Amino acid sequence: MLSTESLAQIDREIAKYPADQKQSAVMSALRIAQVEKGWLAPESIEFVATYLGMPTIAVYEVASFYNMYDLRPVGAHKLTVCTNISCQLQGVDAVVAKIQAKLGIGFGETTPDGRFTLKEGECFGSCGDGPLCLHNNHTLHTRLTADNVDAFLEGLK
Amino acid sequence: MSLNVPNHKVCTWTQDYDNPASLATYTANGGYEALKKILAEKTPAEQIIEQLKISALRGRGGAGFPTGLKWSFMPRNYEGDKYIVCNTDEGEPGTFKDRDILRFNPHQLIEGMIIAGYTLGARAGYNYIHGEIFEQYQSWERALDEARAAGLLGNNILGSGWNFDLHAHHGYGAYVCGEETALLESIEGKKGQPRFKPPFPASYGLYGKPTTINNTETLASVPWIMRHGGQAFLDLGKPNNGGSKIFSVSGHVERPGNYEVRMGTPFSELLEMAGGVRGGRHLKAVIPGGSSVPVLPGATMMELTMDYDSIAKAGSYLGAGSVIVMDDTVCMVKALERLAYFYFEESCGQCTPCREGTGWMYRVIHRIEHGQGRPEDLDLLMSVGTNISGRTICALGDAAVGPVHSFLKHFRNEFEYHIEHKRCMVGA
Ligand SMILES: Cc1cc2nc3c(=O)[nH]c(=O)nc-3n(C[C@H](O)[C@H](O)[C@H](O)COP(=O)(O)O)c2cc1C
Ligand code: SF4
Ligand code: FES
Repeated sequence: MLSTESLAQIDREIAKYPADQKQSAVMSALRIAQVEKGWLAPESIEFVATYLGMPTIAVYEVASFYNMYDLRPVGAHKLTVCTNISCQLQGVDAVVAKIQAKLGIGFGETTPDGRFTLKEGECFGSCGDGPLCLHNNHTLHTRLTADNVDAFLEGLK
Repeated sequence: MSLNVPNHKVCTWTQDYDNPASLATYTANGGYEALKKILAEKTPAEQIIEQLKISALRGRGGAGFPTGLKWSFMPRNYEGDKYIVCNTDEGEPGTFKDRDILRFNPHQLIEGMIIAGYTLGARAGYNYIHGEIFEQYQSWERALDEARAAGLLGNNILGSGWNFDLHAHHGYGAYVCGEETALLESIEGKKGQPRFKPPFPASYGLYGKPTTINNTETLASVPWIMRHGGQAFLDLGKPNNGGSKIFSVSGHVERPGNYEVRMGTPFSELLEMAGGVRGGRHLKAVIPGGSSVPVLPGATMMELTMDYDSIAKAGSYLGAGSVIVMDDTVCMVKALERLAYFYFEESCGQCTPCREGTGWMYRVIHRIEHGQGRPEDLDLLMSVGTNISGRTICALGDAAVGPVHSFLKHFRNEFEYHIEHKRCMVGA
């Protein structure tokens, strides 16, 4: 079950589509559920399916197709770093090395205290501002360098 | 410098103002005037399409398809619903122009989409926004609210009796959804897997209804064209390559960023605007249109102008205008390894040649990069690529091959060196 506020948000999304096309809101509904719960547990997927009148398997297919949905728990701070070509040329390797050393984890891992998860991302469509880190899927931190990345991580506390 | 007084800036002019994204800035400089005129005069759709054809506006999403021609494919007398869809799923490595249109000039896109909706007889429009720029999903929705409050969207727009609305839909991390039919599947609440074509979206699109899909920059150029005329837009650029274009310049330049210049501007000038190659180093290579187009040697690029025809003649594509600059410190094997990984990771898996071939190419390049390459690997890469090309449902398969074949064509010696010496030639 989701909070009334989350449900109101989902209802606003449903209203964007024709009345017989409620399932178009599934991507938003999963995003809203993930923001509230931290990740998409099977109960959340089932809830979204019931709410939108979709088969659970269809919702699960969507949740597993798109990279930003988390089907397993993640840390309080999920950090996704774009390592694609433009960011690579603009120095992301040094930034990643610093983050990994500081947090003591590699890509795909979570710190033992459950505070940080580090993920490798594909192009964010923001390369001119790279290297970049996407914080909890929705906030983009731009122009990271080996020098300013410490301050960035401190700021997340 | 606005929509009123034309200079070469079609989509980025608001950035000269304090509140570039606001409705007030946009309307104070001629924004929504084109729409008002069209609604007041009930301009026939054919006239609007005619101006687009004269303008030589070509799709800014990568393929460069003439926009006027695309709009003319929509069935005119269809009785049911029709849709207009904007593609802001900008995820092609090296491309970051549409994000800036949403950040700094959201109303010009809104006006362009409303004019498209009017011309094509659509009941509604959706803008599909790349998941990773969620802040722009939110900011564009705020711009829609502003437009709605001003009577520019919703029922009886500006007293015309015409109803039309726009909505934002976000992606959530899948490059393939930039492909137009995958994008439609995604709006329909499914996995983003491309559809077989034909049927094309103009006859069977969103919810099976006639749909026109255009890139953000394409649609944002429409109000300018309607205001100043197709000829004025054409005159900004060159024949068959109308207008100005935003070039996203990234990689080894002093000032990565977006630069809107006239079509046909020499590459050397664009490079200079971006501050030149960082640290005054030697220009080694350029990918002129986003990661999917063939790489060109730096010396070749220095002779070219930035327009569809010039870049195509040199064996690459202008694509989305995403210029990735590489200096002489780049190991081409490492760069290609990263690109190959991207296509492997993002293949939707529907077609065997793409699903298997992208993984195979990545593994071979990976082993070359890591000193385990074999002499026969380069021929193997060429043949795996050839077996993907033209054998897949969507263009992602071809997109994965372009970099591999062109890197081997222009920088084969680096790959051979890697295989023979088990290390990199750059800096050796
Ligand atoms: C794998 C793939 C990714 C694509 N990504 C985008 C994209 O991010 N933005 C875009 O506008 N077009 C993208 N396209 C092209 C679209 O399919 C389509 O041609 C375009 O949106 C049409 O708009 P236009 O005619 O205004 O360029 C992509 C195509 C492929 C095959
Ligand atoms: S070419 Fe690749 S991405 Fe495109 S439909 Fe086939 S498997 Fe999917
Ligand atoms: S390559 Fe990193 S944001 Fe595009």
